[in-house]
Amino acid sequence: MKHLEPFKKASIYDSAQRSPAALEELFGVFRYRDLIHQLIYRDIVARYKRSVLGIAWTMLNPLGTMLVLTIVFSQLFHTVEGYPTYVLSGLLAWTFFAQTTNSAMQQLVWGSALLHRIYMPRTVFAISAIGTGLVNLIFSLFPLILLMVITAMPIRWSILFLPVPILLLAAYALGIGLLFSTMAVYFPDVAEMYQVVLIAWMYLTPIIYPQDIIPETYRGWFLSLNPMYYLIQIFRIPIYEGSLPPWPMLGIGAGIAFTTLLFGWIVFSRKADEFTYRA
Amino acid sequence: MSLLTAPDTQTGLGLPASPDAVIRLENVSVRYRVPTERIGTFKEYAIRHIQGRVRYQDFWALRGINLDIQQGEIFGIIGRNGAGKSTLLKVISRVLAPTQGRVWIKGRVSPLLELGAGFHPELTGRENIFLNGSLLGHKRCEIDLKLDEILDFAEIGAFIDTPLRTYSSGMAARLGFAVATAWQPETLILDEVLAVGDEAFQAKCQARMETFRNNGTTTLLVTHNMDVVRLLCRRAAWLDHGSLRALGAADEVVKAYQAG
Repeated sequence: MKHLEPFKKASIYDSAQRSPAALEELFGVFRYRDLIHQLIYRDIVARYKRSVLGIAWTMLNPLGTMLVLTIVFSQLFHTVEGYPTYVLSGLLAWTFFAQTTNSAMQQLVWGSALLHRIYMPRTVFAISAIGTGLVNLIFSLFPLILLMVITAMPIRWSILFLPVPILLLAAYALGIGLLFSTMAVYFPDVAEMYQVVLIAWMYLTPIIYPQDIIPETYRGWFLSLNPMYYLIQIFRIPIYEGSLPPWPMLGIGAGIAFTTLLFGWIVFSRKADEFTYRA
Repeated sequence: MSLLTAPDTQTGLGLPASPDAVIRLENVSVRYRVPTERIGTFKEYAIRHIQGRVRYQDFWALRGINLDIQQGEIFGIIGRNGAGKSTLLKVISRVLAPTQGRVWIKGRVSPLLELGAGFHPELTGRENIFLNGSLLGHKRCEIDLKLDEILDFAEIGAFIDTPLRTYSSGMAARLGFAVATAWQPETLILDEVLAVGDEAFQAKCQARMETFRNNGTTTLLVTHNMDVVRLLCRRAAWLDHGSLRALGAADEVVKAYQAG
């Protein structure tokens, strides 16, 4: 039968014979990798298309924020040597986390109209949010290096270690993004609440202030309970201190990041079938 | 991974080994649970959950549907608004997992509803082709191969590199149709009869549908126009309150529907 030819490799969908949700989602993401690429492209290109400076804003934005913070806080924290580098390195890591987790939630809301019409792996929206954030983060490393040159901060080889902390940040952000998106599908208020959580979380993490302003009596447990403390330190130390982060810290950071990712992925993909039942 | 393996016809679930079926629904039911009162916040939910006061109203959008659709046929789905037609299409296009029962689908299902749903106004026509093509599950290289054909079919000419927000609604719809039908799917879902563009373009759309059918694409047609069903479909199903009221030759199903 000649007309059957184009269908030879037809895939089979059988609702009674599905793999575990988390695995099925993973295979789906692999098959739809070009969609993720397109979504990242769309986010970056569409966002800056109408602005004159375009993509340069990904670099000017963190630089401007750093400048404001430096002017405001450098008197207060004058004990911190090379404060601009200290604050910008922490800020880049934090902004990546805050923006990507937020955008993962927004994207799922945007995508839910599509999810009602055609099949696609539901994690693509969160993953592309992380991808967009990664592109922005990499772009914003250039003004960081520029700043270090200008303020005469030594740039050491340890900066080549950065892919590791970036990977950990991405894994953790994806895990949190998936967890909160799942919740936001059921309770739309979560998206609003998360904004407040982010602000509180940011001020509880030593990003714009040095960690030694926290009273010594409870500094230890205060920091050790905050996952973002480890991830930001792992990112900041190779830049600011010019050395590799201590191994125990790296171990804890990696543990937190990948456990969160695994947990978020499993929760999200097990609940994903229900998304189209809601709203 | 079961999604990609060969069909296992000996699954012991009582499915007949019919080699020509592309869609098989076995006792498919879909239940929507509507909370009787709207619970919007987590706090409220937690309190009520503890109190055991989360009450749902069960709404069965589909009940025990058994359906076998053969390759290459044009199959009509009729019924009043709210009878479960859209839910049935969602189950078939994998968007909705059935609450009960089994759905077996061979090959790609392409829903041709609300064309260009994934378009972005700031991106150019060309960029939107790639975005929309990949939303439909195609690889970049596959889209590259079809690009000229899509541009040719959509007749958007010089506008290809201008942002989509500058397009007329007709141009956007034509582009949506051109992308959605650039690849021949195993199953095509037509929700209501297409009305895209002017008469000349509609003739092109008809011609493309014809080609698909001649090449073995199965078509699911949902419409309120009984003449279209009688004219195009060999078989049809009548859905009523989520159940199959009638299934068989299109003429007879339409007759039964119009009688009752």
